[in-house]
Amino acid sequence: MTTDPWWASETFWRKTAIWVTAGSFVVLVFLTFDSMSQITAGTRRVPAYSAINHRIEYRFDEQRHVQTPVIGAEEPLFGKKLTEQEAEALVEKGKLTIQAKNCMSCHTLLGNGAYYAPDLTKAWLDPFWGSREVREELMVAFIKDPSDKLHNGLGRRMPRLGVTDEEAHAIVAFLKWMSTIDTNGFPYNFKPLDQEG
Amino acid sequence: MTALGTIDSANLNGGQKLAVKYFSVALILFGAQVVFGLLAGLQYLIPDFLYEVLDFSINRMVHINAMVVWMLFGFIGSVYWLLEDESGIPIVGLKLGNIVFWIFTLAVAAVVAVYLLVQIGPGEHSTLWLITEGREYIEAPRWADIGIVVCLLVFFFNVAATFAKGKWTGIGGVLTLDLIALFGIYMAGMFYTTNISVDQYWWWWVIHLWVEATWEVLVGGLMAYGLMTVLGARRKIVETWLYIEVALMFGSGILGLGHHYFWIGTPEYWLSIGGFFSALEPVPLVAMVVHAVFDSGVHKMRSSNHPAMGWLIAHAFGNFFGAGVWGFMHTLPQINLYTHGTQWSASHGHLAFFGAYATINIAFFYIAVQKWRGNVWMSGGLIGGWKWKWSMVLLNLGMVGMTMGLLVAGYEQSQIERAIEGSSWAGYFAAQSHPWFQQGMFWRMVFGGMFAAGYALLVLDLLTIGKRETRPAQRPSADG
Ligand code: HEC
Ligand code: HEM
Ligand code: HEM
Ligand SMILES: [Fe+2]
Repeated sequence: MTTDPWWASETFWRKTAIWVTAGSFVVLVFLTFDSMSQITAGTRRVPAYSAINHRIEYRFDEQRHVQTPVIGAEEPLFGKKLTEQEAEALVEKGKLTIQAKNCMSCHTLLGNGAYYAPDLTKAWLDPFWGSREVREELMVAFIKDPSDKLHNGLGRRMPRLGVTDEEAHAIVAFLKWMSTIDTNGFPYNFKPLDQEG
Repeated sequence: MTALGTIDSANLNGGQKLAVKYFSVALILFGAQVVFGLLAGLQYLIPDFLYEVLDFSINRMVHINAMVVWMLFGFIGSVYWLLEDESGIPIVGLKLGNIVFWIFTLAVAAVVAVYLLVQIGPGEHSTLWLITEGREYIEAPRWADIGIVVCLLVFFFNVAATFAKGKWTGIGGVLTLDLIALFGIYMAGMFYTTNISVDQYWWWWVIHLWVEATWEVLVGGLMAYGLMTVLGARRKIVETWLYIEVALMFGSGILGLGHHYFWIGTPEYWLSIGGFFSALEPVPLVAMVVHAVFDSGVHKMRSSNHPAMGWLIAHAFGNFFGAGVWGFMHTLPQINLYTHGTQWSASHGHLAFFGAYATINIAFFYIAVQKWRGNVWMSGGLIGGWKWKWSMVLLNLGMVGMTMGLLVAGYEQSQIERAIEGSSWAGYFAAQSHPWFQQGMFWRMVFGGMFAAGYALLVLDLLTIGKRETRPAQRPSADG
């Protein structure tokens, strides 16, 4: 039996495969620990759930050259200031409902999901809601019964999903909280609702 | 011994008898995928179609879940198919394997029934346990997750124990290690968290590390076996290639995971890491094309099973174009900022899943029917040979057509919705109403119909190919 050159040797490539895989995986695990520490709720990139007690803005950051969410003046959701625990419980209820109704099988959140309906990353800030005063209640009413509230020329309606009043409020809390996440500038060029008036 | 050309399980070894059960269910679920894809696609054109009866979300969920499960069934079947050949001994726990097959199949039927009849539930943990988890691709409720893990553990036991008792081959070693990773990763998707960034971080572990790492390596192993069986390629050559592919695939794919961490709240270093490593992911896919084409050339295209050989080649090219080229085109963050979450992703998703994974499963279906009919002739001049050729043309052309329709829609969306309108609600519908988008959706349906015709013909062909054939299989040529 002739000996193969190294580049045609089975053993050489078997060892390479094992080392490359192990090496990559170790790096991934390391980066995962670091990422987790930077995306736990209550950090700069992913703010605490009680951020829903504040006005959320989406402004251009001159240094990073991307738009970023900014947590502004106090502006409690549904006019009621919540403690950190209460806020978390409410947002949790919202997230559970979003999973239980499979909203992501029509919508994207943070750009992931389905493409049949608008991205909800910045739904809280969407200019379509009209004004700051009416937004909260319009959102709750829409999510509870969207079947008679068509907003587009295609006739593509969102269905009624049996969302209760409590669940709808919680969903709005979740959407408000999600809009505070620093997504490195996605969605690009988004022009938020005017919240000054 | 029954006559050549009739289906008879006596032609199969124990693992192969189990494999054809998995293949049969896989083929049926493939049909379900097509039907529900067509329903969902139609709702883009006729929004009131089945509104509040079978909403888009339900059709889409069944569409992609049927896909994931039929492909997994196909993979499990394929591994059972080659297990006794490779290890040289009968499967250690075949009886258990059979029981688990029935449990698994019944569980899948139960999950689908709940999807269609119950659909959604109240915003409580019990819904996630019993009805749906509401997370794309892994919508299956938690009870089913646990069931899946148990079934897969039994499958894994059978594979590992059979190789351990018989003999380890290169293919066997790679498959066994890869299966550990594949199942381990599935568990990253089995928990609830309120934090959507953390949620999506782990969700991508399952989705990306499946399709761009562990599934790729699994089909690399299947491809190696396929080339040996169908072409008679030499083990040493295919196994050396397999190791090279594993090194390249894991070396790029594991950190390539970062291309999903650009916009979900994760730190900025992922922009460079994800962009860089995922841009290398096409390299192993090129290597596979070279490998397959080179081997076919060496063997002068003289294969013992033309349909299977055709689908193995389709796999090499489909994987390269769908995953490699289509993936590469939107993987750099500078581009992904605009294409993220548009029909662009759907265009890539369709071509990649079909090109990489539907194809190789179909190749194994053909390898299986050949032996099931007593290792019958399946090379040139087949009786009714037009069927496999036409179904192959219809499926591939249908898929390419759909991909193109989605691509046009995706480009239009990334310009109008993403770049100009800033992804607002109104901007979304400005893009959806654009004629280019609507035309893309229309042509997707036309080519979807073609794909469905190809599927019907494929089923017909698998049921009839080799029937009344009296020649024994052509022996693949020895290695040149
Ligand atoms: C069957 C598909 C479908 C499902 C499921 C669905 N939606 Fe919608 N959704 C739509 C469509 C279509 C629109 C656009 C309606 C319009 O323009 O009139 C929409 C619009 C919206 C909007 C306004 C868009 C914006 O950018 O602000 C919000 C908020 C929303 N949906 C939230 C939800 C939530 C929360 C869920 C889950 C409880 C959900 N949707 C489930 C289809 C769906
Ligand atoms: C066979 C292998 C592959 C399969 C089956 C596959 C499949 C998919 C699917 C289905 C999605 C959409 C996920 C979702 O629902 O959100 C996706 C996204 C993506 N894929 Fe792949 N893919 C493969 C390989 C690749 C490769 C090799 C690359 C890069 C070179 C790549 C780059 C991407 C990117 C960048 C996205 C994100 C799209 C977005 O931002 O919306 N993929 N892939
Ligand atoms: C038979 C014709 C088919 C039709 C009409 C069809 C239609 C659809 C539709 C409408 C969606 C939802 C996309 C959205 O959210 O806008 C979808 C998603 C998807 N389909 Fe199909 N499909 C078909 C066949 C297939 C096949 C054969 C495969 C793979 C083998 C496939 C894989 C997928 C994947 C991976 C997704 C999720 C994509 C993503 O999230 O980016 N489909 N399909
Ligand atoms: Fe990926």
